[in-house]
Amino acid sequence: MGMTISEKILAKHAGVEGVEPGEIISVKVDIALGNDITAPIAIKEFKRAGAKKVFDKGRVALVPDHFAPNKDIASAEQCKILRDFAKEQDIENYFETGEMGVEHALLPEQGIVTPGDVIIGADSHTCTYGALGAFSTGVGSTDLAAAMVTGETWFKVPESMKFVYTGKLPKWVDGKDLILYTIGKIGVDGALYRSMEFTGPVIDSLPMDDRFTMANMAIEAGGKNGIIAPDAITKAYVEGRMKRPPVYYASDADAVYSDVIEIDCSKLSPQVAFPHLPSNTRAVEEAGNVAIDQVVIGSCTNGRISDLRKAAAVLKGKKVAKYLRLIVIPATQQIYRQAMEEGLFDIFLDAGAAISTPTCGPCLGGHTGILAAGERSLATTNRNFVGRMGSPDSEVYLASPAVAAATAVKGVIASPEEVA
Amino acid sequence: MKFTGKVWKFGADIDTDAIIPARYLNTSDPEELAKHCMEDADPEFVNKVSPGDIILADKNFGCGSSREHAPISIKGAKVSCVVAKSFARIFYRNSFNMGLPIFESEEAYDKCDEGDVIEVDADNGVIRNITKGIEFNVAPIPPFMQQLIEDGGLMAHIEKRGK
Repeated sequence: MGMTISEKILAKHAGVEGVEPGEIISVKVDIALGNDITAPIAIKEFKRAGAKKVFDKGRVALVPDHFAPNKDIASAEQCKILRDFAKEQDIENYFETGEMGVEHALLPEQGIVTPGDVIIGADSHTCTYGALGAFSTGVGSTDLAAAMVTGETWFKVPESMKFVYTGKLPKWVDGKDLILYTIGKIGVDGALYRSMEFTGPVIDSLPMDDRFTMANMAIEAGGKNGIIAPDAITKAYVEGRMKRPPVYYASDADAVYSDVIEIDCSKLSPQVAFPHLPSNTRAVEEAGNVAIDQVVIGSCTNGRISDLRKAAAVLKGKKVAKYLRLIVIPATQQIYRQAMEEGLFDIFLDAGAAISTPTCGPCLGGHTGILAAGERSLATTNRNFVGRMGSPDSEVYLASPAVAAATAVKGVIASPEEVA
Repeated sequence: MKFTGKVWKFGADIDTDAIIPARYLNTSDPEELAKHCMEDADPEFVNKVSPGDIILADKNFGCGSSREHAPISIKGAKVSCVVAKSFARIFYRNSFNMGLPIFESEEAYDKCDEGDVIEVDADNGVIRNITKGIEFNVAPIPPFMQQLIEDGGLMAHIEKRGK
């Protein structure tokens, strides 16, 4: 019987020939990640267990990105716990404010996560790295603590769902729309405990940044991981970037899937997820007249250079609507510099946008763009739960960078078609 | 394992932002987190709940963020256990890892009302609704998870068993 790409990676890291869904296995972890919210608890557990040294100082990554640059005294204390631990353990992949970026944009960019890896992160969006053809999933702080001690973790081998994207992507429709549409179709627990494997001719030509966006939001359907088999696009991204040699896996032709779901992309419109679930999606033309107070372009979902380019293409020569705040957050320092050098900052500044240093910030209601009661934000982020960006009486709408830019200009949820 | 308490009902897809909003994540202190338990799902919850009470929810409880602060805040609020039709996977892992008992039951949510007193008898795989005098099955805890509980959580488990 054939195996899926996820099963092959898990089998390799468990040191066995094959694995089957439902089996509980112990696997070697290539990278274990924590941030300023989750790592402090992991570090406390690590110390409480009496551990002295992490299993490998080159394979632990600590990124203070959520409430950093420190938003308040308590957050400063949390970040200090990471910094002190990084110093004590000589952690190679610690990123101070100034080198820090949003973790799931930063780690691939810096070549720290590699195709063929098993990666766990105490952050639910760790599933992002599946875009590289790695098995990557979010866990909690205690799981991170255990992995920092042993270099291993346990998994129940997930069943795999295969998503086949066919047809041709219409103008203005990108990876964000594909994943929002998919979550809308299967629901926020439609892939619960399972692996989401994204395939098909549309994926075959989908740029790397869009692939990261898709894998990033697998968790929003309850998925254990999202994964795309490496191809020429992956290899072009990986070449010369990775710190360790990549290993490329692919699913067997006779691999077993619990579901195969085909999505014809030719007639898709840009999508908007309405409050308060990512699955509450509709086509942008059907959004109706929804006035927006704040637009956020950034996050581990959509803060990469191509996201900023797409937003800038819509915003060029335009002004942000009166009384609307547009906040642009490049996800890493490298993206920040690149956007500046490409002239994207001029377009944002001319439009009346605020540009922030990299941070998760408003995505999880941390800082740099919190909503008052009754306010609405349209964001390129990943969650629109009650209170996600501030007041429990505020609302978040999720969409692509192009829709976000159009909305910023119009002041109501708008299609890029209406602006460009 | 047996837990008896009053039921507090919550709907489907209760996310971890509702269980413990991110605005309180600048600490991991259980007592602090307990003060805001379930705040964005029911702001009055912490004032109403008594030690030993049970949260009973529809499907996909704990979806969203990986924050272990969510089960920490529930445990901190002295809720004895959570019963739901299903759990999101990271919340499920976290609960076993840090010692919050959780149980899956298809029937309990549909057959219990808020305020009912129920007994979760994990050893015999039964939930008894004492108020209504009815009982139904609870899914058994998988053997590996049972081992985690017996060992006292994940960290104790790896200390005890090497890896």
